[in-house]
Amino acid sequence: MGRGHGGALGAAYVPGTSVVHRLAPHVKLVAVLAFALVVVATPVHAGWAWSAYAGFGVLVLSVAAVAGLTPRRLARGLAVEVPFVVFALLLPVVSRGPRVEVAGLSLSESGLAAGGGLLAKATLSVLAATVLAATTEARELLRGLERLRLPAALVQILSFMIRYADVVSGELRRMRVARESRGFRPRHLGALRVLGPAAASLFVRSYERGERVHLAMLSRGYTGRLVGAPAAAVRPAQWAVGLSLPLAAAAVLGAGMLAG
Amino acid sequence: MHVPDGFLDAPTSVATGLVAAGTVAVALRGARRELDERTAPLAGLTAAFVFAVQMMNFPVGAGTSGHLIGGALTAVLVGPWTAVLCMTVVLVVQAVLFADGGLTALGTNITLMGLVAVALAYGAFRLLVRLLPRTRTAVLAGAGVGAFVSVPAAALVFVGLFAVGGVADVSLGAVAATMGGIHLLIGLGEAAITVAVLSAVLAVRPDLVHGAAHLRRPADLAPRPLTAPAAGGAR
Repeated sequence: MGRGHGGALGAAYVPGTSVVHRLAPHVKLVAVLAFALVVVATPVHAGWAWSAYAGFGVLVLSVAAVAGLTPRRLARGLAVEVPFVVFALLLPVVSRGPRVEVAGLSLSESGLAAGGGLLAKATLSVLAATVLAATTEARELLRGLERLRLPAALVQILSFMIRYADVVSGELRRMRVARESRGFRPRHLGALRVLGPAAASLFVRSYERGERVHLAMLSRGYTGRLVGAPAAAVRPAQWAVGLSLPLAAAAVLGAGMLAG
Repeated sequence: MHVPDGFLDAPTSVATGLVAAGTVAVALRGARRELDERTAPLAGLTAAFVFAVQMMNFPVGAGTSGHLIGGALTAVLVGPWTAVLCMTVVLVVQAVLFADGGLTALGTNITLMGLVAVALAYGAFRLLVRLLPRTRTAVLAGAGVGAFVSVPAAALVFVGLFAVGGVADVSLGAVAATMGGIHLLIGLGEAAITVAVLSAVLAVRPDLVHGAAHLRRPADLAPRPLTAPAAGGAR
């Protein structure tokens, strides 16, 4: 996998050998989830909230630095936030409570705090999740989820989805190239007459591929369970390294609560 | 449009997480009824399809484009339980691999786009299919209406969650009106795309459409019933 594969799923991973890369995937998943929980638990309206956000920011950026991620890779991860930036920017305008004048606009004080807090929290969590995705391969993440006791049936569905997402997206891309090389330019809703059947044939192809995969599995003795290699034990030291991020974040939060 | 971390407070996130876990547990059983032991490969490939089709841009006009969310379409194509699983799997992959939708908000996103959207879409679809005559058009109309209601409904449930666990002091009426209004438009797009895709699948492989099973007729070619040997004979 990795870069050379190029598919939609492989693009998230940045190969490397850093400490962060070598941590067990389920340790990383727990660490990022716990970090996000600490960030979410920070009260928005506390006076020290912004110092806490800054502390969290330093923590997650130093992990990214240890993992050797470039600012460009992190910025690419942040792009998913954009729709919610709009929502957060609207909050100060539509919120109630005492108003302040900023550049001629009457904005709500609590709305400013809430909107800013939302942006900060979403950004911090997206950064942490980006570090996770950039240092862990898709199938490793799947094994991590498996070790965290995700139901086996769901893990199987996930594994098929991850295995075939690039194949199906590749098919979609080839269909688009074929359409466009015949002069098709989607401009208005009328394009649905072409794009609808295209998506439909993508579904039929995907479903039929699923049927063929199932037959191939049956012929190899599939009985409804997938057998994987036994998972290696994880030393306590790994947990200590992995959990240092959420623990440090919790310490920042605790310090803020004590000082505030 | 996925809910990121920090939008809802921790108790609400945990509560929706529990709802999502329960939904997935029930859906895993239900999907086994819909797909038996073929569940894993077929649901996996359908999820891969949903993931890919969400990347497809449909022009809306005036230079903007939208994409399909797919809850209603998937429910009609492969059945509601499998659809819940497919949406869940897509959301998990987007959250874990693309940081799209927060990890703590994963339960919220599964509740909104897996449970609420699929349940409402499929409920509306079933209702209309029962009320309308048994035709292909009725199936399409049902799917279209289902897709249309699912989007603003999920948005309104989000507003409700925001009222309970949101961090901002906003007038709920205003938020509900804005979110509802925007999502009514998005719902129209969702309905148009759903109907376009579904009608094409019905044209090529009607047997694959779970929601159109009642339209299936026995094959026209059937063995001719044996004529009674006694037809013109003795007696």
